[in-house]
Amino acid sequence: MGMRLYAVVAAGGFRRHATYRIATAAGVFTNTVFGFILAYTYTALWDERPQLGGYDLSQALTYVWLGQALLATSAMMGGGFEDELVERIRTGDVAVDLYRPVDLQLWWLAGDLGRAAFQLLARGVVPMLLGALAFPLALPGSPGVWLAFLVSVTLGVVVSFALRYLVALSAFWLMDGAGAAQIAFLAGLFFSGLLLPLTLFPGVLGEVARALPWSALLQVPADVFLGKHAGWGLVEAFAFQGGWALALLLAGRLVQSVATRRVVVQGG
Amino acid sequence: MAEVTEVSRAVEVPDAVFVERSRLVEGVRAYGLIVAMWLRSTMAYRASFAMTAFGNFAATGFDFVAILLMFAHVDELGGYTLPEIALLYGASGTAFGLADLVLGSMDRLGRRVRDGTLDTLLVRPVPVLAQVAADRFALRRLGRITQGLLVLGYGLAVLDIAWTPLKVVMIPLMLLSGAAIFGAVFVGGAAFQFFAQDAAEVQNSFTYGGNTLLQYPPTVFAKDLVRGVTFVVPLAFVNWLPTLYVLGREYPLGLPEWVAFLPPVVAGVCWGLAGAAWRAGLRSYRSTGN
Repeated sequence: MGMRLYAVVAAGGFRRHATYRIATAAGVFTNTVFGFILAYTYTALWDERPQLGGYDLSQALTYVWLGQALLATSAMMGGGFEDELVERIRTGDVAVDLYRPVDLQLWWLAGDLGRAAFQLLARGVVPMLLGALAFPLALPGSPGVWLAFLVSVTLGVVVSFALRYLVALSAFWLMDGAGAAQIAFLAGLFFSGLLLPLTLFPGVLGEVARALPWSALLQVPADVFLGKHAGWGLVEAFAFQGGWALALLLAGRLVQSVATRRVVVQGG
Repeated sequence: MAEVTEVSRAVEVPDAVFVERSRLVEGVRAYGLIVAMWLRSTMAYRASFAMTAFGNFAATGFDFVAILLMFAHVDELGGYTLPEIALLYGASGTAFGLADLVLGSMDRLGRRVRDGTLDTLLVRPVPVLAQVAADRFALRRLGRITQGLLVLGYGLAVLDIAWTPLKVVMIPLMLLSGAAIFGAVFVGGAAFQFFAQDAAEVQNSFTYGGNTLLQYPPTVFAKDLVRGVTFVVPLAFVNWLPTLYVLGREYPLGLPEWVAFLPPVVAGVCWGLAGAAWRAGLRSYRSTGN
């Protein structure tokens, strides 16, 4: 039991997603097409206003391709495991899961980390390489920055998981995950910085957007990659992501314990 | 009974045109019936419908919010002002929304091939295309059309266009032909899924990706990309060329002015190709056998 079990579950999540080869190739293709379209629109924007949002053109282009590379990994628009968990809640199969001598939340987290690792390799690397071939990207020179980026991406995936876990748990009350999933999809699309870097959001909207958990999914890892956070700034960035991860995971456990009591009351 | 079928077939076969037309009528009729069924089912949960329609509206609305945020920093993008881009955006969004409403369910074909439920559709005496297109008809997609029309209306209201009768005709012509071109992409993409069931996402590159591309003026993109979406996957005819005609602006690639009137022809050619691809896909289909 313990870490070994969760490592096996994570490896299972990795392997499971690795079986969908054609779907993965199709995803890479789509990420690349969107990368090209956005890269040209950003070029037009930065041509008008160099240094917009604190980025030069090559940094802005790098941001575009990071967005496409992390889209699947950080499940910015949802997906990954919620549908399955919602279905188990709806059918009552989750009662069996609760009997198992494993922690429900950590079980799904381990599986999702495995999925994210696969998608970072399969759907992240290729679009990034193609983007780097076609556009002048600002790639980090030092291995330390790459390492910090990986840590930041991992923290982002945990925040993303914790958010999606809460969305899935809402099925205990709503019986149908569609509404909550749609709200989460909208928030992820807009507040992760996928459409436009959050540093370009004006005034209070910008401040709020940068403080919300979704900024941990793309904006923070991208800024780490671009070397915007160094020294104490880097520690602060990790603390921001780690803080949201912890708070949302705890919220998930709280909601789960309330929901679990509900299942028992219903008689499983 | 068998004799009657034989006789009616003997009557139909010599007149191929008549057979084609009757199949078309039959297909549209079946499409209407299946859609009506899904509408009744949707309206059983009105609150859920209202929420998902609003979600559909909001999800596409964020695209335009991103453009508004861009224009908080600049006055022009690729030499185009916000109302001009609104016109491009609204035209593409509305055309895509119409195609998505009518044929958006086509991208579920791969799933049906995989789980074997396509077989059920094959044994019914109704054109398969009509059944797949009408399957799970989603009225919530009106949200996208509404959003597109609002942005289009904003562009038309704010812009100072030197209207001529031809330019007035161009607007509905553009929306309907554009919807037909996107519709052909949906059918062609579904045909592709007969060969690669898991490749539904490739289709998104041309539908959602194409729609995103067309929201921005052609001056923004590299020449080769503009050539590709003009001559290979002719998305430029959805809104770029007709809108530039209405705006009286220069066309990309030095194309002559009359190409703005080609969208109906392009849509016809696209449907010819998509139809052929669909028939080829359907012919090659081998059931998974479960």
